[in-house]
Amino acid sequence: MLRDDVIEYSLDAHHSEEKGKKIRKKIWQVTAILTAITFFEVVIGSTIKQSSDYWQAVKWLFIGLTLLKAGYIVLVFMHLGEERKTMKYVILVPYFMFIAYLIFIALYEGTSVGNVWALYGGA
Amino acid sequence: MAGHASKQIDSKTLWGGKISPFSTSYGKLMMWFFLVSDALTFGGLLIAYGFTRHSCQDAWPIGEETFNSLPFLGHGYPLIYVALMTFILIISSVTMVLAVEAGHRMDKKGVVKWMVATIIGGFFFVGSQAWEWSHFIHGSEFGKIEMADGSMAIVKGHFGEVENFTIFEAGKHHKVGHQITSDDMDLDHEYRHAIAEGHVKNGVITLHDGSKANISKKDNEHMELMIKTDGGKYKIGKHIDDHNLAADLYNKVVNSGTKGRVIYGANLEQNEYGPKQYGQFFFFITGFHGFHVFTGVMINIIICLGVIRGVYHKRGHYEMVEKTGLYWHFVDLVWVFVFTFFYLV
Repeated sequence: MLRDDVIEYSLDAHHSEEKGKKIRKKIWQVTAILTAITFFEVVIGSTIKQSSDYWQAVKWLFIGLTLLKAGYIVLVFMHLGEERKTMKYVILVPYFMFIAYLIFIALYEGTSVGNVWALYGGA
Repeated sequence: MAGHASKQIDSKTLWGGKISPFSTSYGKLMMWFFLVSDALTFGGLLIAYGFTRHSCQDAWPIGEETFNSLPFLGHGYPLIYVALMTFILIISSVTMVLAVEAGHRMDKKGVVKWMVATIIGGFFFVGSQAWEWSHFIHGSEFGKIEMADGSMAIVKGHFGEVENFTIFEAGKHHKVGHQITSDDMDLDHEYRHAIAEGHVKNGVITLHDGSKANISKKDNEHMELMIKTDGGKYKIGKHIDDHNLAADLYNKVVNSGTKGRVIYGANLEQNEYGPKQYGQFFFFITGFHGFHVFTGVMINIIICLGVIRGVYHKRGHYEMVEKTGLYWHFVDLVWVFVFTFFYLV
């Protein structure tokens, strides 16, 4: 059944040659950023060891950079940044709320379990 | 891109059932919902990994200790190989987004070109992962050792080459005085296998056929031991960087002639890198991700064939390419997290 009241959103996605040029420029910019971040991570990862005093800071830096990379991939490569706000939040907000809670509770519990093992000598 | 999303729509139309409140097609929205659920799966797996890691603390290995090899070049290149894999995947994500962009201009040739590039990148990644697994399973030249006091240590250093075995007690095949060189067998492999089985004692190796031979081997150099499990004398986190002492301790274990004192490589039961859960999580998470990459490549091939046949051009839009693109970027996204939590921190 053909419905004339349903909008064919896919056709709205077309764009012109000039706009394409701009989009491609943006894509290559993001590529450069992602490559630079990965390169930086490897240099830091292979020079600063786990025993170093800076390790804790480096660890958080890595996690921050990972989130930055993830942000670029989701918002630019997956175009979520250009979708309607409602859709963006429907995808991101519930996910982050749940995952943040799970990370907190699982790591907290993990540490406690580790302490109990250390105390009572389990394996 | 989401052209429609930038248009102003009055709220009566927006919520009146005339239009999707998200301004996206059904297919794309469902792909997003699938990706959210898949992201929860990977999130759950990585958090389970985090839980286990936090409960093991110091015993857990870090990436740079485990992954420091390159194909053809040997050891001593921490993280370079996985960084290369990450780079390959990022680039294949870029080619995919370029295919989507070409699709929005109805440029069929461009879509095919970039999709083929993406598929090649995907195969490269899967191939790299196969090498990585093979290396992880076979293990290092030294293995992990259990020392006399019960502590376990991982070993770093330069492995002295095994030159030959000289038979002094005949077995079923080998005669006395026969010298086995690298032309006859893979000496390093034979040597490591014999150590793991406890067939090396005081510089003498017992071969498969029961013959005994003296081992001629160059000395190991720059030896270091890192204690990963508590023992009577050495505690977790201790780093023995006195090369002579480390070499001495290592040789004692290797020449003890006891089975299981040296562990090479990894399987689900044990691994030389750290707690056995480490190996299990490694196989499961990178394996599950690799399976996603493989599926992604297959889907890309199918859609690419559709593009070549002109199915989407006739349809008037290349949204199928955009939807596969979403899946492919998601695979890249997961790898970014796997890379951080398995290899970097």
